[in-house]
Amino acid sequence: MVEVIQLLINGILLGSILALGAVGATMIFGVLRFAHFAHGDFMAVGAYFALSVVTVFNLPVLAALPVAMAATAGLAVAIDQLVYRRIRRVQPVILLISSFATALVLRSLIQMIWGSSNQVYQTGIQLPWRIGPFTLKPDHLLIFLAATGLVITVHLFLTRTRLGKAMRAMSDNMNLALITGIPADRVIMATWAIGGALAAAAGVFLGMDTRLHPVMGWTLLLPIFAATILGGIGRPYGAIFGGLVIGCAMELSTLIIPGSYKPAVAFAIMVATLVFRPQGIIKGTV
Amino acid sequence: MSLLDAQGLYAGYGGVDILRNTHLRLGADEIVVIVGPNGAGKSTAMKAVFGLVPIREGRVHYQGEDITNRPPERMVTRGIAYVPQEANVFPSLSVLENLELGAYALRGDHRPRLEKVFEIFPRLKERRNQQAGVMSGGERQMVAMGRALMVEPRLLMLDEPTAGLSPRLIDETFERIREVNQLGIGVLMVEQNARQALAIADRGYVLATGENRYEDTGPALLANPEVAEMFLGG
Ligand SMILES: Nc1ncnc2c1ncn2[C@@H]1O[C@H](COP(=O)(O)OP(=O)(O)O)[C@@H](O)[C@H]1O
Ligand SMILES: [Mg+2]
Repeated sequence: MVEVIQLLINGILLGSILALGAVGATMIFGVLRFAHFAHGDFMAVGAYFALSVVTVFNLPVLAALPVAMAATAGLAVAIDQLVYRRIRRVQPVILLISSFATALVLRSLIQMIWGSSNQVYQTGIQLPWRIGPFTLKPDHLLIFLAATGLVITVHLFLTRTRLGKAMRAMSDNMNLALITGIPADRVIMATWAIGGALAAAAGVFLGMDTRLHPVMGWTLLLPIFAATILGGIGRPYGAIFGGLVIGCAMELSTLIIPGSYKPAVAFAIMVATLVFRPQGIIKGTV
Repeated sequence: MSLLDAQGLYAGYGGVDILRNTHLRLGADEIVVIVGPNGAGKSTAMKAVFGLVPIREGRVHYQGEDITNRPPERMVTRGIAYVPQEANVFPSLSVLENLELGAYALRGDHRPRLEKVFEIFPRLKERRNQQAGVMSGGERQMVAMGRALMVEPRLLMLDEPTAGLSPRLIDETFERIREVNQLGIGVLMVEQNARQALAIADRGYVLATGENRYEDTGPALLANPEVAEMFLGG
């Protein structure tokens, strides 16, 4: 029982990181109708941006977080303007393939700029808190709180602001959004900015929890897509839920199968969702 | 001067013309109905006027200004609102959000506009927090029309506003359309319930295979035996 609860704690942590990635990926899907394969690499880029800020300015990683988020948001918008925008009118599969290419380019750039070896934000070991039989690292609590704060911010943005409502409208009914006079270009830019910023936060949190390496994001892409599909593609709230479920399932699976099969668990859930409930397990609201 | 004047339109999909030399005219304050068989190009004509289907030849003038092939965003800011035949609400958004987004392209406070729409459709006020996608067909149609009215249009374009509604709701919808028109809003609508629509219309057009076949006042078209036999089901 103790072990299960400990794994659930780890699962919620992993889940909140996945959720941040999945919310962005699902919003990009909702507005642009394609699976963004470079999303994991946005995470990695964000993590490395933060690393530069940490090492150059000698700042704590949480102070570097907003800088990394802003820089990755800018990068996402720039990539959209340079690459995706030009091919938006052709078939979605072309967009998907070019996002795959973007992923490879980003990863190579990371290796060129920051090297391909593992890196960490701070050396030295953080003393974990012991609460009864459970252990919790202070970083874990920070990650969880920061992720929750970001999710609430996104929620307020989507439900309280004009642009947020326009974003949900576009994701709901693209044609009607056009007819209504909603400026698609501006909404698309905002979607990339938010998707990029959230991916960067996920990457920074992942780097805090483990370490930084160029494929850190790519390896999480599958669980992130699994989370978006489980929550219903295009639904931000579903993606949060999906992220938490996938995160917990991945951690709990180590009770019965070796830890190296964690991604396979995400894959299995994704396939099962696609077969039995392709619309996702939450219905209704966006 | 006409509110809307479309002349010699050729437009279609992927290089194939659906509209062939189609023309339409609507005076301010008029209700004009387009009737005709399925696939005649009625919806295409609406979309072409609103800039959703490219016009290859011909011109559309609105209040004397050439608006041919302008993007929909411009149409909205000039006072033209369009309700498509299908998928005409944002299903996962609330009624209130649907209406608010209707005024997206406009600046300024939209609360007065919202109140006006609620006056015409009191039912929407009651159900303003309801998700549009789970409402009945009749209510969804009200949301769709309400969203269009949020831009305070001078021209309202409706594509089959009574499709799929019960007879009672059809009557009510036509009643609402008349009320909207009495506010000084020109209404251009496509209708399958042609007899009822022509009964409230100032003028009507009969469109078949993308061409104008007949045009006259509503009562005259209803009284025309050829039109009645070929297009109004006898
Ligand atoms: N998006 C589209 N792409 C290609 N052809 C279309 C499209 N929409 C309609 N059409 C074709 O255009 C013709 C006219 O359609 P439409 O204007 O919808 O007719 P109506 O509204 O009078 O029933 C039909 O033959 C239809 O098949
Ligand atoms: Mg039609």
